[in-house]
Amino acid sequence: MEGKPVIARAQKTVRPGETRARRSLYLQYMVEPFYYLSPAILLIGAVIMVPLIIGISYSFQSIELLKPFASGWIGFENYVDLWSDRKFWIAMENTLFWTFWSITFQFLLGLGLAMLLNTQFFGKKLFQALVFLPWAVPTFLSALTWAWLFNPVIGPLPHWLAALGILSEPYNILGDPDLAMWGPITANIWFGVPFFAITLLAALQSIPGELYEAAEVDGASPWQTFTKITLPFLAPMIAITVMLRTIWIANFADLIFVMTGGGPANSTQILSTYIFTTAFRKLDFGYASTIAVALLVILLIYAVILLWLRKKLVKI
Amino acid sequence: MSATQNRHPAMVLGKYAALAFYLIFALFPLYWLLKIGLTPDELIYSEGTRLFPSEVTFSNFTTVIFQTDFVAYFRNSLVVSLGAAFFTTLFAAGAGYAFSRFVFKGKRIVIAIMLVTQMFPLLMIIAPIYKIVAELGLLNSLISLIVVYTAFNIPFATFLMQSFFDGIPKDLEDAAMMDGCSRFQALCKVVFPLTLPGLGATLGFVFTAAWSELLFALMLISKNDAMTFPVGLLTFVSKFSVDWGQMMAAGVLALIPSCLFFIFIQRYLVQGLTSGAVKG
Repeated sequence: MEGKPVIARAQKTVRPGETRARRSLYLQYMVEPFYYLSPAILLIGAVIMVPLIIGISYSFQSIELLKPFASGWIGFENYVDLWSDRKFWIAMENTLFWTFWSITFQFLLGLGLAMLLNTQFFGKKLFQALVFLPWAVPTFLSALTWAWLFNPVIGPLPHWLAALGILSEPYNILGDPDLAMWGPITANIWFGVPFFAITLLAALQSIPGELYEAAEVDGASPWQTFTKITLPFLAPMIAITVMLRTIWIANFADLIFVMTGGGPANSTQILSTYIFTTAFRKLDFGYASTIAVALLVILLIYAVILLWLRKKLVKI
Repeated sequence: MSATQNRHPAMVLGKYAALAFYLIFALFPLYWLLKIGLTPDELIYSEGTRLFPSEVTFSNFTTVIFQTDFVAYFRNSLVVSLGAAFFTTLFAAGAGYAFSRFVFKGKRIVIAIMLVTQMFPLLMIIAPIYKIVAELGLLNSLISLIVVYTAFNIPFATFLMQSFFDGIPKDLEDAAMMDGCSRFQALCKVVFPLTLPGLGATLGFVFTAAWSELLFALMLISKNDAMTFPVGLLTFVSKFSVDWGQMMAAGVLALIPSCLFFIFIQRYLVQGLTSGAVKG
């Protein structure tokens, strides 16, 4: 678009013979990056962006594969249905619960692990490879493994929890509407701690060592060094990681879908599993897209608030 | 820092207790999977919560491998994951190189779009993708999965590759281009050999991501002979929901490829994320 005026300006200062060479060089300069980029752009455009727009348009239509003749544009009807859908509000509450507790435990345990890995000890390389292993376990398999661990027939967890007095008898908490959500949350913590540990470890390693030496000379306690040096340095990294992870976890349906399928009695249904079950089991694409748009809007609002807060609070 | 922490014996004890906690928390579930897989059927119930089985058998593993569709699922997953990993790495290397070496118009927009794809629920496009794939007649084909996974993984892989390219001095290519190479030749002959660790990390990352993807595979594949591992294992679980030993044996086998890959790439992946993270 803006290529022409630049070339015109170039022509004034350049002798006639040189123009063509300049122009082709300039064009080449502008176009060359896109030789490398185009496959990626084309694929993202065709497989993600176009379906995204189509998906938003679905939320204004009635598209049920089981009722092919009832399809068509229906305006905001899906959204009106959504507003009065009790399952949607339950799912919203569950999403908050699931995301908050998952992220809290992942973050605290991840921070602890990162601080441990930032010290020296025997066998550190092996230790690191082993504690990061849960990250490599396919999610459906983490889900199945934890579902089995919570099963009193073959898993030890119900028996341990009963022995500790947390459960009255060894039963499967995944079948208990009051406790079921803790099953997928545990699996999620197990799976997500390594990620937090890796990113926070990177941030820890970027803190200059002299600061700790100075603190030691001044006689600071370990707790003081932690709150006065480590935490302030980690704050920007923590903010960005927690934000990205929150969004990711709110979208993360696999664990819950495999472990409980949203049950019992919708007690573990979060918005993303609700989208999936509506699309996959009921084949109601219009309504599934409506829930998805709602989730997207909620996440956008969350991101905007968090970025605004960060701008206000963190002066780095 | 370590010197201050190691001074106090209670601190040292606390540290090793914490290390042990993390190790047990990370490995116990996997150990349990292996344990049940190795326990003979008749002992599974009577020795339900024992930490070690009194007898060990491989019969669950042989049954799973030779008497079920396991090998077919395994092969399908291997094709899909390798295909997606190869194409993603190829395209992401190109895009990452462009981000690392060029300043151009539209760069910010492209980066913003890639970031956005990491933010919104991918489930949002599951319905449109299903319809598009159905209209193209590609339901139950592995090609559709390869294309979808490649697109999903390109953004993150691009940022990963960019951080690796950023770590390679630009002078190297400039020198090669001075000597008469085109940029593309310089890229192939000078830069690529140096990014092999980065390429390996990206390959491994995408491979594991594609190996474990469940929801899209569940939606797009319904025929038994085109099922990938997660879908196959899930139907296996719901069909034979009492054969614990075999299910866990299948689980252990499913774990092998991603763990192998992870062990190879762990160091590079951490390194790549670290260098990227420190910059950001």
